[in-house]
Amino acid sequence: MKHSEFDVVVIGAGHAGAEAAHAAARMGAQTALVTLSETDIGVMSCNPAIGGLGKGHLVREIDALDGVMGRVADRAGIQFRLLNRRKGPAVQGPRAQADRALYRAAMQQETKARKNLEVITGEVIDFRMDGHRVAGVVLSDGSEIPAKAVILTSGTFLRGVIHIGDVQRPGGRMGDRPSVRLAERLDSYDLPMARLKTGTPPRLDGRTIDWDGLERQDGDDDPTMFSFLSKTPVAPQISCGITHTNAQTHEIIEKNLSRSAMYGGHIEGVGPRYCPSIEDKIVRFADKDSHQIFLEPEGVNDHTVYPNGISTSLPQDVQVEYVRSIKGLESAEILQPGYAIEYDYVDPRVLSASLALPEIPGLYLAGQINGTTGYEEAAAQGLIAGLNAALEVQGRDAIHFTRANSYIGVMIDDLTTRGVAEPYRMFTSRAEFRLSLRADNADQRLTPKGLEIGCISDHRRLAFETKMERLGAVKSVLTERTFTPKEIRTAGIEVNQDGNRRDGMAILAFPNVCFEDLVPLIQQLEDVDQDTRRQIERDALYANYIARQQRDVEAMKRDETHAIPADFDYSSLTGLSNELKQKLSAARPANIAQASRVEGVTPAALTLVLAKLRSSQRAKKA
Amino acid sequence: MDTIFALASAQGKAGVAVIRLSGPQSHQAAKVLSGGDLPLRGMCLRELRAPDGSRLDDGLVLTFHGPSSFTGEDVAELQIHGSAASVNAVLRVLSEMPDLRLAEPGEFTRRALENGKMDLAQVEGLADLIDAETEAQRKQAQTILAGELGDLAERWRRDLIRAASLLEAVIDFADEDVPTDVSPEVRSLVTAVMADLEREAKGVRIAERIRTGFEVAIVGPPNAGKSTLLNALAGREAAITSEYAGTTRDIIEVRMDLAGLPVTLLDTAGLRETEDHVEGLGIALARKRAENADLRVFLTEDPQALGIGMQSGDIQVLPKSDLRSDGTDGVSGKTGQGIDRLIHNISVVLRERTASSGIATRERHRVAMLKSSAALSEALRVLDSGPDLYDIAAEELRIAIRALESLVGRVDVENLLDEIFASFCLGK
Repeated sequence: MKHSEFDVVVIGAGHAGAEAAHAAARMGAQTALVTLSETDIGVMSCNPAIGGLGKGHLVREIDALDGVMGRVADRAGIQFRLLNRRKGPAVQGPRAQADRALYRAAMQQETKARKNLEVITGEVIDFRMDGHRVAGVVLSDGSEIPAKAVILTSGTFLRGVIHIGDVQRPGGRMGDRPSVRLAERLDSYDLPMARLKTGTPPRLDGRTIDWDGLERQDGDDDPTMFSFLSKTPVAPQISCGITHTNAQTHEIIEKNLSRSAMYGGHIEGVGPRYCPSIEDKIVRFADKDSHQIFLEPEGVNDHTVYPNGISTSLPQDVQVEYVRSIKGLESAEILQPGYAIEYDYVDPRVLSASLALPEIPGLYLAGQINGTTGYEEAAAQGLIAGLNAALEVQGRDAIHFTRANSYIGVMIDDLTTRGVAEPYRMFTSRAEFRLSLRADNADQRLTPKGLEIGCISDHRRLAFETKMERLGAVKSVLTERTFTPKEIRTAGIEVNQDGNRRDGMAILAFPNVCFEDLVPLIQQLEDVDQDTRRQIERDALYANYIARQQRDVEAMKRDETHAIPADFDYSSLTGLSNELKQKLSAARPANIAQASRVEGVTPAALTLVLAKLRSSQRAKKA
Repeated sequence: MDTIFALASAQGKAGVAVIRLSGPQSHQAAKVLSGGDLPLRGMCLRELRAPDGSRLDDGLVLTFHGPSSFTGEDVAELQIHGSAASVNAVLRVLSEMPDLRLAEPGEFTRRALENGKMDLAQVEGLADLIDAETEAQRKQAQTILAGELGDLAERWRRDLIRAASLLEAVIDFADEDVPTDVSPEVRSLVTAVMADLEREAKGVRIAERIRTGFEVAIVGPPNAGKSTLLNALAGREAAITSEYAGTTRDIIEVRMDLAGLPVTLLDTAGLRETEDHVEGLGIALARKRAENADLRVFLTEDPQALGIGMQSGDIQVLPKSDLRSDGTDGVSGKTGQGIDRLIHNISVVLRERTASSGIATRERHRVAMLKSSAALSEALRVLDSGPDLYDIAAEELRIAIRALESLVGRVDVENLLDEIFASFCLGK
């Protein structure tokens, strides 16, 4: 049987897959989302939370491009916290506990409502090939879905193996089969692949937890939403509990270390350092006598509690023993044991900045298969793959994001030029232009790009334009006049009496000056609404640093214009050391800017590459 | 676009040194140095001065307009006297101008390439050239970084990574078990590195002197016997002596080995009020040079009368001791009396300075150290405001680390993450 032809087929409906399918559909591409089960759409298979530092930035960027994650998380959010609330806006990250059921329901509702998007239930076991080109997928029932482009978001399902103690079984997620046949197909492409691992904690029955003696953590009084379009939470709000491991817990774990999959030598994959198992924590930080655990309810109508901080691959009986040694969990029941999962990933350095595989036209990869971890990292990749697959099908130029304009750009550049050594997670420290890439200005940075390619709804466009007009009007009031230090002081603001005239934006760049301080100086500002006031403050705060970074940004942009063809032959560069030849050949930088970030590359080496590029350009012209 | 500059001729002593500038500010910089408008295209002879008015050297100033230049950008060339002192003085003044910086190795070539100013044959020959450049740079860096400075730079790297990782851990793991107050450790790390940097940056000038020689000026009233003393020290008739006061109007330089140290002795015009225009110019020049010298020998009974301040370590000796009956504490170039003691005294002062000198010898390093220490000092200031401003403190620390890249190597986010995960038990 043959399904009707689609522009884009997305395999897998996790966070990468859902975002990819929505993005392609928003672009007007006829899109199919193929999933093992329709109820899998929007499943949060790890912790019940969205956002955080770096991750919250990604969600805002997805939202700025009209993606779904932010809006869905807002609808499912049962506890909102803006991390680093007291620090500067550049390092503030929105985060929310999400109700699993609400999240899934909201995502499925969005998916059903999306124009141009069809959900197909089935297991993809192979690609349809048209020569070298991927031209659709083959399902396990033998039916085929022809498509012009395919996005593979198989998560941990490629040769996934689940470990609980010394017991292993194949599986992509608890209760799901791994995709073995698809893995074999990918093998035939000879892609560089390796193994990673990740882990989850045991899930507890909240009714068996003694909450009374435990510390509570509430959400913010004034919740910060993910989406620029959301105003307030809709779900009931809850608080989380906090408890700690103790000497007895550590003793139990130490005694049973050899029974852990990790320490018993059953796992070869590399795990993330920032999400260590409780075994790891106790071995590596032996001097620490206690570790913090957040008890996160998985939903308002769900008794399941996710004990964040004790992921493990110990056998089930040991899990019961150590959990019950912890305060408040003395009689806790485990609903599902913790487990570690090992899976295949593709070395992302083979990907283009569109997340396409240049060697296999028509195929895009997004999410954990590219060596990342986290819902947000996956969704952001899905978005990029979805947009670009649609653009390719429509015969239009790809859209690329850069380190200078987004965390998405930082992540894709890191992945495609540097590869990964452990599951890749976003941190704000990864962004060298952190002060300009803020969660609060994601819309100002990216929505115009979205409007340009046409992935933004009219509703969002209107909201965005109104906001920008308001900001623009206030900014022009703030910049149309300058004031002497004396005038400024008369208005009650302390500045250096250095004789320099400053406009309103420059005065706001002083960390201790707020918008309200300016009102006595510029009366027109009196009627400006709160949201606009706060946004103007955030835009002004880092102005001096951003101006200083501008030159770096320009140099990088210039370097980005020197594209390096995918088949560039580094081995023919006589001046280059063998080590650099190998590194550059593996990283395959798309341009000189990326090449400069490959470890060990010197200015001289770049000049050589550039010289070679020039000479081949001339040869072509001649 | 930055404007870059570098010494384009071979390093070391040469008759003429060529300093090349390329980029949008190159003509402006040349104009500032030469104190006036330059011909649109071509060359002119100018006296080069620092923005503070102090004279640097005479030189030919050449201007080329982009795209008809070597790099395709606006280019200026300064052809000056080849002494290390002149070259360093001009390089230093350029590095202090806004939007100007020293070129990286191969950067002129790279700009030429980007602007399509090289033909295929030149491109093919480039590999060897860059290889040589890189090799030279590597060797030089190794020489400089071997030993004490290498150890220092390694420590700076370690300490700055540690300091930055502490701040980043507090920022990126805000909701985890990170010690909330990392500022005492950050402050002590940053303060220590900053002190090192400031000390080394000061030391650079002296270390430079060790390579190129110290300047010792002999000053005194007319006819005190300065030229005779110089001749005696140099062991040959380098300066013209006569019994007429005011014989030395120009500055006479003699390079010599003084107790194992490379020293340039400066014989200067006798310092007095004069109506003679030419002698007046000579005296003004003498004062300037003497003030900038590393050490001054005051050959006079009354140093205050000369109008030049005595600086720490300067030596005063009484002139013409052969004509004195008491013969105390004097020197005579004519008889050689007191010469040995004077040489000894000079060498003691200079050796002391050598011992306290830093090891880094390149202007690039000095600029890097100063830039870095300025950012560190700003970071310390911001740290005082507490964790609320860690985003700014972290930014200043990044600026400091980047400025120091040529000394401590590139510090990548992975280095910070390594440190963070090695120190803190993170991850929920």
